[in-house]
Amino acid sequence: MSQFLQQVINGLSLGSIYALIALGYTMVYGIIKLINFAHGDIYMLGAYVAFITTTYFGFSFFPAMIASMVVCGILGVLIERIAYKPLRHATRIAALITAIGVSYVLEYTTQYVMGSEVKTYPTLLSNVSFSLGPVTISMQQVYIFTITIVLMIALQLIIKKTKMGRAMRAVSVDEDAAKLMGINVDTTISFTFLLGSSLAGVAGILVGIYYNSIDPLMGMVPGLKAFIAAVFGGIGSVPGAMIGGLFIGIAETMVVAYGSSLYRDAIVYLILILILIIKPDGLLGKNQREKV
Amino acid sequence: MAMLEVKDLHVHYGVIEALKGINLEVNEGEIVSLIGANGAGKTTMLQSISGIKKKTSGDILFLGESIFKKNPKFIVQKGLTQVPEGRRIFTGLSVYENLMMGAFLRKDKKGIQQDLEKVYAQFPILKERINQDASTLSGGEQQMLAMGRALMAKPKLLLLDEPSMGLAPILVKEIFSIIEEINKQGTTVLLVEQNAKMALSIAHRAYVLETGKVVLSGTGKELAESPEIQKAYLGG
Repeated sequence: MSQFLQQVINGLSLGSIYALIALGYTMVYGIIKLINFAHGDIYMLGAYVAFITTTYFGFSFFPAMIASMVVCGILGVLIERIAYKPLRHATRIAALITAIGVSYVLEYTTQYVMGSEVKTYPTLLSNVSFSLGPVTISMQQVYIFTITIVLMIALQLIIKKTKMGRAMRAVSVDEDAAKLMGINVDTTISFTFLLGSSLAGVAGILVGIYYNSIDPLMGMVPGLKAFIAAVFGGIGSVPGAMIGGLFIGIAETMVVAYGSSLYRDAIVYLILILILIIKPDGLLGKNQREKV
Repeated sequence: MAMLEVKDLHVHYGVIEALKGINLEVNEGEIVSLIGANGAGKTTMLQSISGIKKKTSGDILFLGESIFKKNPKFIVQKGLTQVPEGRRIFTGLSVYENLMMGAFLRKDKKGIQQDLEKVYAQFPILKERINQDASTLSGGEQQMLAMGRALMAKPKLLLLDEPSMGLAPILVKEIFSIIEEINKQGTTVLLVEQNAKMALSIAHRAYVLETGKVVLSGTGKELAESPEIQKAYLGG
C-alpha cells in the first residue's frame, strides 16, 4: 500500500507536467482545429531557455521560468502567424503537415545551435526529501505539483472570467459569429497560442529538473504523450487535458513500478487505443448535436 | 441621407457572381425587408454588409462613411450588428455570457447593465435561463438569445437574417412583433426573410431579390398587393 501511495505521488508530478503540455494541444485544437505537432518542441525550447538563462546568466528558478514562458509564448505566436495563419482555410492535412515541418525546424535548429548531445540540467530546486507517513516526497515534486496547480487555476480563471477568455471560447464555437460580435479573431488565436506555449515553456523547465537532463529531441515522446493525454481527456476540453495528463502520468509510473520500465511508453499508446475504441470523444469530450 | 446605402454591389463566390449590381437604401427609423427565394443572394447581401464576405466592386455607405473595405469589428463599433441565419449562438457559453459577447466592444459598464435590463424586459425567458448553457434552449429561445445578443451591441442598424427559420407559426408571430417593438424603440431594421408574407406585413419598404438582382421594390403594402409577388411568394 505504501508503495502504491508512493507511486501515486511520483505519478502526480510527472502527470502534472504532461497536463501542462496537454493544455496547449487542447486549446489550440479547440480554437483552430489543428493538432499542433510543434507543441512538444516548444516545450523542449522552454527547457533550453531556462538552461541558458540559469547556466550563463545566473538566473534562479523563478526568473528562469518567467523567461521560458515569455520566450515560448512569443515563439508560439510567431509560429502561428508565419506558418499556420496562411493555411487557416486550407485543408486540415496541409496545416498538420506544416506543423510537423515546424517541429523539425525547431528540433534541428536547436541541435545546430546547442549541439545534439544530452546536457545535464542544473539543480534549480532543492531536492531535499521529507517523509510523510509511509511515503517520501521530494521538494521538487512539491514545487512541480504546486506550480502546475496554480497555473491551471490561473488558466481556468482567464478562460472563464476574462473578456479574452470568453472571446477564445466564442471563436472556438463559431468563428464567423464571433466576428459579427466585433471580436478580432486573429488576436484571439494569437492569445491562445501565447497561453498554450508559455505553459509548455514551464513544462520544459520542470521536466529538465525532473529528469536532470535535456536534449533537442526531448520534446517528441512527452509531446506525444501529452497529446494522448489531451485525447484521453477529450480534445478541446481544458479540464479534460488536466485530468488526462495526471492519468497518463500515474499510469506510466505504475507500470514502471509494478511491471517493467520497458512498457512505460507502451502503456500510454495502449491507453490511446483503448480510448479511441471505447470513447473516441475522450473523457470530457463534447458530442453535441447542433440544433436547427 | 440614407442610413445605409448600397451602390452597385457585386459579389462573387469564385467565378460565380452572387450579387449582380445591387442598389438599396435603408433610412433611419425604417424596417426594410429583403425577400426572395433560396439562393437569391439575401444572406450574401447581409454577409457583405457586415464585412464577413469579401466584395468585388461597388460601395456600401453606413452613416455617410464607406464600409466597403472595413472589417467586421469596425462595422460593429460603428453601430451595425447582425443576427445571423441559424442564430449561431455560442454553445457551451451560458445565456448571460452569450449576451455579454454582444457587448464585447463596449466599455461603458453602466450602459451595458442598462441594456442588459432592457433585453431581459424584452425577452423575460432569457432572464429565467441566465445561467443555463445556451445549447439547452429551444429554437425560439435561441432566436431570442441571438437577437438579445445583437441588441447588447446597442446597434443603430440591426440586420436580421431569417429570424423565422424553423420556428412554429405562433413563435414567428411573436418574433415579428418583437422586431416591430425594437424598431419603435429607435433601432433601424434590415430584415431578410423567406417568409414573404410576414416580412412584408411589418416592413415600411421592401426589396425583392432574384438571382442576385433587385427585381422589385416598394412599400411593404404595395408589394404585398402586387400580383407578381402574390403569385411568386404568397401562394396566390
